[in-house]
Amino acid sequence: MSENQIYTLTVNGSQREVKDSWIGESLLYVLRERLGLPGAKGACEQGECGSCTVMMDGAAVCSCLVLAASAVDADIKTVEGLAPDGSLTDVQQSFINNGAVQCGFCTPGLIVAIHNLLDSQPNPSELEVREAISGNICRCTGYGRIFAAVQDVIEQRGATR
Amino acid sequence: MTVHSPRTIDQAVTLLEKYPSAMILSGGTDFMVEVNFNHRKPSQVVSTRAIEELRQWNIDHDTNSIFIGAGVTYSTIESSDIAQAAPALAEASRTVGSPQIRAAGTMGGNLGTCSPAGDTLPVFAALDAKILLASNAGRREVSFADFMVGPKKNSLLAGEMVLGVSLPIIEGWQGYAKVGVRNAMVISIASACLVRNASDDSVRVALGSVGPTIIRARAAESWWLDQGAPRSSSEMHTEFGARCAAEASPITDHRSTAEYRRHAIKVLCTRLAARSTSR
Repeated sequence: MSENQIYTLTVNGSQREVKDSWIGESLLYVLRERLGLPGAKGACEQGECGSCTVMMDGAAVCSCLVLAASAVDADIKTVEGLAPDGSLTDVQQSFINNGAVQCGFCTPGLIVAIHNLLDSQPNPSELEVREAISGNICRCTGYGRIFAAVQDVIEQRGATR
Repeated sequence: MTVHSPRTIDQAVTLLEKYPSAMILSGGTDFMVEVNFNHRKPSQVVSTRAIEELRQWNIDHDTNSIFIGAGVTYSTIESSDIAQAAPALAEASRTVGSPQIRAAGTMGGNLGTCSPAGDTLPVFAALDAKILLASNAGRREVSFADFMVGPKKNSLLAGEMVLGVSLPIIEGWQGYAKVGVRNAMVISIASACLVRNASDDSVRVALGSVGPTIIRARAAESWWLDQGAPRSSSEMHTEFGARCAAEASPITDHRSTAEYRRHAIKVLCTRLAARSTSR
């Protein structure tokens, strides 16, 4: 695959053509600038902050560290694909209820990381929650309300199981 | 830039023969940082993501050995049976970056980058790992000591790629410890891996981030052997730590000073020695 070649990514269940791009672009850049999916945020561009977190083949990864052209066979899910258009996931609603969003820049990455955790471990310990979001940096909240939001989701999901 | 996505090792080595200076891309956690910041713009990239064979691993109890494919991630090491067969490798993998980084970064990538701060490398040094390499001319195996030849320098020839790493299963305590500025997302300032071999009573200790390559503290290892069992006194552990530190060769850089790194090695090796005799 060379410069400006068109390739196709599978994002949120749809086949999306990537055109007029430089072949060395990160998945984060392609999602935001080529495919109109600005949910994942770009901050550090080196995998330190987690604001660009997306799901790729079932694992939460930093999309800034994925060469988009190498991800043609991968199943990619962004924060936009977690719930049907216009609706919120239980994690997103819990963030609102708990005031876990301040500037909001880290929020999409945190939402993806928390869904990833709760999908594989429905009843995590506090330590496991802390570990799961240790790669997502929030400079506003001090994390207290984020932990409260996660705890609420754990309890709600437990009650409906 | 051209990106190639071979599906087999044969296809990959054919591409590497055609483009010997191609950059081999595995998990992307080192490579993409350089691309994002315009530090590197290779004309040819061979991505190994689609090569299923590189993601395989195998524990062979008959030969007491583990083979780990180059595409196996840190998170697989942490969560698979490899964690029981090579506990120090699991501990080292656990200290890498964040969950996102551990889900992407691979053994082959750590070996390919070959940074003195690479977290799995002291484990490979302490276990005398063998690195399996392939090119279009065939396959060969080199010891880790011959593989890493300098800071971010390895003995891969043009057209060669890492297929995986073989480790022995060793009966006895083993562990990894490192010092960084905090727990998550940290590049090591100093690190150490200690492996005890119950069958011959020996110890192996390897030091990371304190030299141009990973350093085996061989004088300290033979001093340990001379002490005789049970080696449980704290004075002995402290002396062992000091002897390991004497074999370190640290520099001062943006992450720390040589003095602090040497001190950290003493503390880490003392602790590892104590942990190894505490049960």
